[in-house]
Amino acid sequence: MTGESTTGTMRSKARVRLSERTWGYLLASPAFLLVGLVAVAPIAAALWLSLHRRLPVFGVDEFVGGWNYLQLWSDDRFWTACRTTLYFTALSVAAELLLGFALAILLDYLTNEMAGSSRWAQVMIVVPWAIPTVVSAQIWAWLYQPDYGLLNHLLHRAGLITRAIDWLADPDWAIHAAIVMDVWKTAPFAALLLLAGLKAVPRDLYAAARVDGAGTWQQFRHITLPLLMPVVVIVLIFRTMDAVRVFDAVYVLTGGGPGNSTETLSIYAYKTLFQTLQFGYGSTLATAMFLIVGALSCLYLLLLRRHLQEAA
Amino acid sequence: MPAAEANGRNSVTWWLRRRGLALCLLSLAGLFCLGPVLWQAVTSIKPDQDLVRLPPIIPERITASHYERVVSRSSLVQSLANSAVVAASATALAVVVGGLCAFALARLPIAGKPVLLGLVLSTSMFPPIAVISPLYLVMRGLGLRDTLIGVGLTHAVYALPLAIWILTSFFRQLPVELYYAARVDGCTPLRAMVSVLLPLARPGLAVSALLVFIFSWNEFMFALTLTASDATRTAPVAVAMFPGLYEIPWGDIAAASLLVTLPVAGLAALFQRHIVAGLTAGSVKG
Repeated sequence: MTGESTTGTMRSKARVRLSERTWGYLLASPAFLLVGLVAVAPIAAALWLSLHRRLPVFGVDEFVGGWNYLQLWSDDRFWTACRTTLYFTALSVAAELLLGFALAILLDYLTNEMAGSSRWAQVMIVVPWAIPTVVSAQIWAWLYQPDYGLLNHLLHRAGLITRAIDWLADPDWAIHAAIVMDVWKTAPFAALLLLAGLKAVPRDLYAAARVDGAGTWQQFRHITLPLLMPVVVIVLIFRTMDAVRVFDAVYVLTGGGPGNSTETLSIYAYKTLFQTLQFGYGSTLATAMFLIVGALSCLYLLLLRRHLQEAA
Repeated sequence: MPAAEANGRNSVTWWLRRRGLALCLLSLAGLFCLGPVLWQAVTSIKPDQDLVRLPPIIPERITASHYERVVSRSSLVQSLANSAVVAASATALAVVVGGLCAFALARLPIAGKPVLLGLVLSTSMFPPIAVISPLYLVMRGLGLRDTLIGVGLTHAVYALPLAIWILTSFFRQLPVELYYAARVDGCTPLRAMVSVLLPLARPGLAVSALLVFIFSWNEFMFALTLTASDATRTAPVAVAMFPGLYEIPWGDIAAASLLVTLPVAGLAALFQRHIVAGLTAGSVKG
């Protein structure tokens, strides 16, 4: 009786395993098919396009090999866009991480001490994250408005400025105005992830450290920070990738201007593709950006692996 | 004794001070997060002539004229409907296709799972600009340019990695025994997934659906590129290209902004806890 049932299960298991694999490929294939068609194939096509000179308006479509990449190398506007993108990324990600950390610590404190207020605080913090980027750009464009925008009014009232600043028309201010907007929009996201990380830190560790006479700063430095490192790295990765690719926020706020002072790589590539309709050179720019993002993600994955190993 | 008493009083004031400081910081954080949105709300109900003067910050007169104008004399309502159709269909497609794939990755013996999952994740790091030109040409070739299907399909694919990632981690949390029990009872893997695992993975489905919906509703670059007329324009594109003849209609833009934001901000506020759970799925333990 027992022997019979064991062989029965074994036989059915063997049959199951055989068909399970097929089932697996069957169920996974629609997703990979779609991703392949709509995401991977276009990358390859962009690479192919980038080797062409293609101006649909003039009916030009010729293979030029690496010519576009040579042109890219000597294109000042490309290098300026690179610098703008890096500047935007470095400043906004750093500010988001710091502000996100501060918000997360505040929320963590509230959850422990005043549970009622923390729920509302989390709802309030999720709002900037959920708002469409385009809308946040419009909101800030109105705040930055030089003549009757709220920002100038408040600064004037506080006695910090004597005459109105045209935030979005001044090349030195415009990029920083965009950064402030981006920080407002995304620091809450960083805060939410970091908060989840903070909550996962075992409370006993703090209690033990207090018994050993560790102060608040020492607890933070030797318990919170090391345990939170994996989350910090993940936030860094997510935010850097988003900041490097930034398009809609800056495009709607300034359109890349004044001059080219806020023109990021995405905006330059987009304008080349759809305003001057240079599909070949625009694809070269896009491909260059893909390579930059790819290099960055490899770098980050290496970083992440080390940190995760350290944590484990 | 007096020393202890003083100590006690000190700790009470210290506690009060600490609590006061926390509340102060909380209101500052609140002002930072909600202030700009509130100002947009104030702007949307101010009469036009009051928009060009400050102070007063609190409006003396309020009007619904901006909302009336936006609803009756612009294509915003059409755009909101377009966005709803696009986001709903993108969500349905991404959750169904992503769910099947996530189940296969979590429970079925496919070769090279880490590689496949890595591949899926890496597509989410693609800069959209890198695919936009061929995608535009392909959609034009297929006759899907300037259709809601084209935008919805694109959104679904770009939200797939997120859906797969979240759902895989949810399926993995379910006990393996459940799945095997269903299989022993004679279910096919698909049947086992649909009738046994899916009901249990409902929170995961809800979270991924929510995140895909918000992503699609807010997405701008694909929607801007693939649409060309009022009939297909999604809400963010409409807000970005808000028509102004001579002057920027700040009041109308504010009203339109709020109408576009309301659905997603409402969803996010209602399901805030689930959203956080979804965003941190797999990235943070606990």
